[in-house]
Amino acid sequence: MHEMSLAESVLQIIEDAARKQGFNRVKTVWLEIGQLSCVEREAMRFCFDTVMKDSIADGARLEVVETPGQGRCAQCGCETQIATLYEACPQCEGYTMQVIAGDAMRVKELEVE
Amino acid sequence: MCATCGCGSGSTLIGGHALQRQRKPGEPMRFRAHDAAAHPPDTSTSRLVKLEQDLLAKNNSYADANRRYLSARGIFALNLVSSPGSGKTTLLVKTIAALNGTQPLAVIEGDQQTENDAARIRAAGAPAIQINTGKGCHLDAQMVGQAMQQLSLQDDSLLLIENVGNLVCPASFDLGEAHKVVILSVTEGEDKPLKYPDMFRAAGLMLLNKCDLLPHLDFDADLAIEYARRINPRLQVIRISATSGAGMPEWLEWIKDGCRNAVAVKPEVSLG
Repeated sequence: MHEMSLAESVLQIIEDAARKQGFNRVKTVWLEIGQLSCVEREAMRFCFDTVMKDSIADGARLEVVETPGQGRCAQCGCETQIATLYEACPQCEGYTMQVIAGDAMRVKELEVE
Repeated sequence: MCATCGCGSGSTLIGGHALQRQRKPGEPMRFRAHDAAAHPPDTSTSRLVKLEQDLLAKNNSYADANRRYLSARGIFALNLVSSPGSGKTTLLVKTIAALNGTQPLAVIEGDQQTENDAARIRAAGAPAIQINTGKGCHLDAQMVGQAMQQLSLQDDSLLLIENVGNLVCPASFDLGEAHKVVILSVTEGEDKPLKYPDMFRAAGLMLLNKCDLLPHLDFDADLAIEYARRINPRLQVIRISATSGAGMPEWLEWIKDGCRNAVAVKPEVSLG
């Protein structure tokens, strides 16, 4: 699991933003995790708390915003919601779904003071 | 430390030297007004800061720099990924022997601990540098960039990067390679592509390794390939055995094609 590195990326993003926008404490972090991204939500929670210790986000609340997976069939063009990377197209039944959304991992927003 | 596999920010060593982590200025910030209706701050002193920043943006910027460096020098780079024990290092050693000096190449070896694999590669006659990720469970683009500098890569050469044996984490981290090559051995389950889909989605080529053992196993090779292509319909597949040499000519031809192409698309300008 790479959630530890990803949590460290979250902290870097927060610290860069703190320098540029002049805040000293982070109270809440809204993190977008796509259903098809390579992130295990509970592992991320654990790593988040560990990595944020003794930083400006120590004790910050983590709000995970999950976004659904969206695929488009390369064969027939059908667009549909998908929960895994190996789903057949509901229309033509081919295994040709390409991910068009729901694989992002982003720091969306912070509540700071 | 990660609860699942114990990965974390242990000390990373590249050829025995500590990794120099340098902070790069972040992407331009997008700062918008409060979206107070959606989630109001809990006190009057709080404010909301919109960021919308990708967690992999920093790694991707290092990967882009690596890719520019490689492409300017006509270097064809492959990122070899698999579970531990799929036979990656043996395959590399056999590949180096088969190329037998006809193709300049270098190897970056990633493991959590020990110099053993780099030593095996050097014994096979290729320059190699070992990255020890410490507690880390994957190589990242910054580590590879520094390893590339230490290796002094030749123009128009082949760079083989053997990632940490792990079918999960390396999928997310672009290193600047031309392709990820996923190695699946027939001593694993044929449904591994379905169990670890991210890696098979990220790969351009799958080497189905240890095919010499197929007569002794229940492994259904066609089914394994079908599963992998459910996730990635464009995935190329070569059935191979590093031990018997079956499939090696096809793999070597695939590499040479990539090298020729990397040289052909190299920009004319001299970098000085």
